[in-house]
Amino acid sequence: MSDSSVAVEHHEPDLQHHFADMGQQKDAASLGMWLFLATEIMFFGGMFCAYLIYRRAYYNEFAAGSRSINIWLGAINTVVLICSSLTVAMGVRAAQMGKRKLLVILLILTLILGLAFLGIKGIEWHDKYKEHHIPGPSFDASDISREYPQLHIDQSHEQIFFSLYFAMTGLHALHMIIGIGLFLYLTHFSWKGRYGPEYYTPVEMGGLYWHFVDIVWIYLFPLLYLIDRKPLG
Amino acid sequence: MSAHIIPAKLYVTIWLALMVLTVVTAGVAFIDLGPLNTIVALAIATLKAVLVVLIFMHVKYTSEKLTKLVVISAVFWLFILLALSLFDYGTRTLG
Amino acid sequence: MATVAVSTERENYLNADYGVRSWLLTTDHKRIALLYLLSITVFFFVGGFFALLIRLELLTPAGDLVLADTYNKLFTMHGQIMVFFFLIPSIPATLGNFLVPMMIGAKDLAFPKINLLSWYLYILGGALMLHCVLTGGVDTGWTFYTPLSTAFSRTGVIEAGLAIFINGFSSILTGLNFVVTIHRMRAPGMTFSRLPLFIWSTYATSIIFLLGTPVIAITLLLVVFERLFHLGIFDPTRGGDPLLFQHLFWFYSHPAVYIMILPAMGVVSEIVPCFSRKRIFGYSAVAMASIGIAVIGFFVWAHHMFVAGISLYAALIFSLLSYLVAVPSAIKVFNWTATMYKGSISFSTPMLYAFGFIGLFTIGGLTGLFLAALGLDVHVTDTYFVIAHFHYIMVGGAVMGYLGGMHFWWPKISGRMYPESWGRLAALIVFIGFNLTFFPQFILGYMGMPRRYWQYPAEFQVLNVMSTAGSTILAVGYVLPMVYFLWSLRYGKIAGDNPWAASGLEWKTPSPPPTFNFDETPVVTWEAYDYENIPLPEEVSLER
Repeated sequence: MSDSSVAVEHHEPDLQHHFADMGQQKDAASLGMWLFLATEIMFFGGMFCAYLIYRRAYYNEFAAGSRSINIWLGAINTVVLICSSLTVAMGVRAAQMGKRKLLVILLILTLILGLAFLGIKGIEWHDKYKEHHIPGPSFDASDISREYPQLHIDQSHEQIFFSLYFAMTGLHALHMIIGIGLFLYLTHFSWKGRYGPEYYTPVEMGGLYWHFVDIVWIYLFPLLYLIDRKPLG
Repeated sequence: MSAHIIPAKLYVTIWLALMVLTVVTAGVAFIDLGPLNTIVALAIATLKAVLVVLIFMHVKYTSEKLTKLVVISAVFWLFILLALSLFDYGTRTLG
Repeated sequence: MATVAVSTERENYLNADYGVRSWLLTTDHKRIALLYLLSITVFFFVGGFFALLIRLELLTPAGDLVLADTYNKLFTMHGQIMVFFFLIPSIPATLGNFLVPMMIGAKDLAFPKINLLSWYLYILGGALMLHCVLTGGVDTGWTFYTPLSTAFSRTGVIEAGLAIFINGFSSILTGLNFVVTIHRMRAPGMTFSRLPLFIWSTYATSIIFLLGTPVIAITLLLVVFERLFHLGIFDPTRGGDPLLFQHLFWFYSHPAVYIMILPAMGVVSEIVPCFSRKRIFGYSAVAMASIGIAVIGFFVWAHHMFVAGISLYAALIFSLLSYLVAVPSAIKVFNWTATMYKGSISFSTPMLYAFGFIGLFTIGGLTGLFLAALGLDVHVTDTYFVIAHFHYIMVGGAVMGYLGGMHFWWPKISGRMYPESWGRLAALIVFIGFNLTFFPQFILGYMGMPRRYWQYPAEFQVLNVMSTAGSTILAVGYVLPMVYFLWSLRYGKIAGDNPWAASGLEWKTPSPPPTFNFDETPVVTWEAYDYENIPLPEEVSLER
C-alpha cells in the first residue's frame, strides 16, 4: 500500500510462515483484535442489561447507592484513565516513528497510571468494606436508609445495586490487571528495540485493548457514580 | 504497510476535550434537569467513547471498512440484547 | 489427476513428525482438528452413556432403575456434555478446523497458536466438567435455571458453570480465528462469491460464537458469583428476577442451536452438489440464508420463556419474530432439493446422511414452528414434544450432518476409504434408530408427558419402550462408523487425491495433505461447484 511494503519482499524476521507478507499479517492481527473487542462489548453487555433492568425497577435504591460512592475517587480515576489513553496513543505514535526511548517512557507512564487507577479503586472498595456495603451475609445498608429516609430504601434491592457495582467495577479492574500485564510485556520488548516503523503491531493491538477498557470506564462512571447527585427536595 | 501518523497536537486536543467533558458530566449531575440528567450523562459518555474510538483507536483514519463494520455490528448486537430485554420489562412489572 | 500412485510415500501432515510432543504442541490446523475429533468423540460417548441410562430408566413407568435425584443428574449432564462439549465444537472444531484453510487456499488459520490454545481451553473446561461428573454431578438441568441453580441445588453448579465458562472462550477464539482467516487468508482469485458454502456457514457460525458466547460467559459467571457471595441478582427472595437469567441465557442458547445446525447445513451444501453432479441451485441465496439465520437467530430467544411470565406483548413480538427464522431455513431446503432435481444422483454414504439431514431437519424445523406459536406452545411446553423437536434438529440435523461430513472428508483426512457398504448400512441404522427413538416422543409430548421426570403414568409405556428400543439401535449406528473408520486407517483402500471427483480446493491437494496444505499457493479461476466441468472418472462411476 505504501513505501515500506516494498522492503517486505525480502525475508522479514517478524513474518510468520503462513502469511504472504507483513501487510496481510498486520491486517489479520488488527481484525482479530477488533473482533475480540466486539466480544468484550457483549461480555460487559450482559451486565449492562442487568443494570438497566434493575435501575428501572429499583431507581431509589440505585440513586441512594450511587450517592454513597465517593464521586471524587470516581472522577479522579476517570481522569487517570483518560490520561493513560493519551500516553498509549502517543506511545503507538512513538513506535510508528521509531522513537524507542520515547516509546518506553510512555509505556512506563501508562503502567504507572494503570496502577494508580487500581490503587484508587482499592481505596474505594476498602471504604465500601468498612461501611458493610459488600454484598453477602454481612451486607448492611441501614446507614443509607437512615441518610435518605424519604427514598424508602429496601435493603435487598440496595444489595442488588452493590452486587452490580462490584461485578462491573471488579471485572473492569480485572481487565486493567490483564492490560498491565500486557503492557509490561510491551515495555520489555520496546526496551529491547523490538518495535519500529516496520513492525509495531503488538504495541498497536495492546493500545486498542487499553482504549477499550478506558471506554468501558467512561460508561461506568456516569452509570454508577452519577445516577442522582442533584439536591434532594 | 506504514500507517498514517496522527499529529501529536490532535491527540492532545482530544485528551483536553475528554477532560473537559469529564468535568462537565460530573458538574451537570448536580443540577436538577429531571429525566434529562440521565440522557445528558449518557450522551456525554457516548461522545467521549466516539472520540476515543475515532481518534485514539484510529478508526477515522483506517481505510479498512471491515473495522467499522465490526464496531457497528457489536454496538448493534448490544442494542438487540438491551432493546428486546427492556421491551419485556417495559410491558410488565417486576416481581 | 494422475498423481495417485506416488501419494503413499510422500510427506504429509500425519507422517511429518511423530511422538506425543509433536501432537500436543502442534500448531497445524489439521492436527488440531484431529485432537478435537478425539476429544469430542470421548465426550460424545460419555453423553451418550447418560442418554442410554435415561432411556433405560424410562423403559418402565416406575422409577426403578435410579433414584429421582440421580435421574435429575443424568439428564442434566447428558445435556451439558452433549451441547457444550460435543455439539457446539463438533463440526466447527473438527471439520471446520481441518477444512477452512484448505477450502480457501491458505497454509493455516490466521492464528495457529491461538487455535492450539482453543483446544487446551476446551480440554481444561472438559476436564473440569468430567471432574464435576465424577464427584457427584449437577442436577439443575442443562439450562442452569435460577433460583434452583443459585439458591437450592446442593450439587456442583459452580464447577459445571466454570467448565462451560472456560469452554466458551475456546469457542470464541475458534470463531475469531475463522472470521479473520476467511477475510484475510483467501488465495488469489478466491472471491467471496466463489467461497464454498461450507465456508459461508462456518462464517455465520463464527458470528454467533463471537457475539453470543460472551453473554453466556458473563451470565454463568454471575450465577457462580451469586452462589459464592450470595449476591441476589437472580434470586426473587432478594428482589432479583429469575427471568433475567433466562433472558441472558437464551440470548446465547437459542443462537447456539444455529451454531449446531449451520455447520451441518454447510456440510450438506457440499455433499448434495457433489453426489448430484450439479452446480448448487441458488448459490447466493444459500450463502445469504446462512448469514440470515445467524442474524435473525438473535431476535427470537424469548420463545423459550412464553409460559415463564414474560409480558404478553413481548411474547407476541417474539412469537412473530420466531417465524422469520423459518424463511432462510426453508430457502436452504428448497435449494438443496432443486439441486438434486434432474441431477445424476448417487446413493453413496455421505449422500445418505444428507438425505437424512434434509428430511429430519425439515421435521424438526416445522415442529419448531408449532413451538413458536404462542397458543400451542402453552400446551406442549416442557413436554416430550419439545424434547423430540430439538433432538430432530440437533441429532437428526447436526449429528447427521457431522457424520455425513466425516464420511465425505474421511478420505482427505486419513488418505483411506472407509468400506462403502458398511457406511451405507450404518447410515440406514442411524436413520431407523433415530426415528424410532424420537418420533414416539412427539406423540408422548402431545399427549402430555412432561420432560425431566423419572417415572410416568402406565399408559405412556408402549411409546416409551419403542423409544428405548430405538436408542439402542441408534447406539449401534454410532459405534459402527467408529469401528470401520479405525479399521480403514490400516486396511482401507488408498483414497487418492479426489475420490469423489468433487470440486473445491481441498480436493486439489494430496490425501492426506502436506503440512502446509498446498505445494504452491493455488490461484482460483473457476466458480464454486462447477460440476459440469468435472468429468466423473471411470472408477468412481463404477461405484454407483
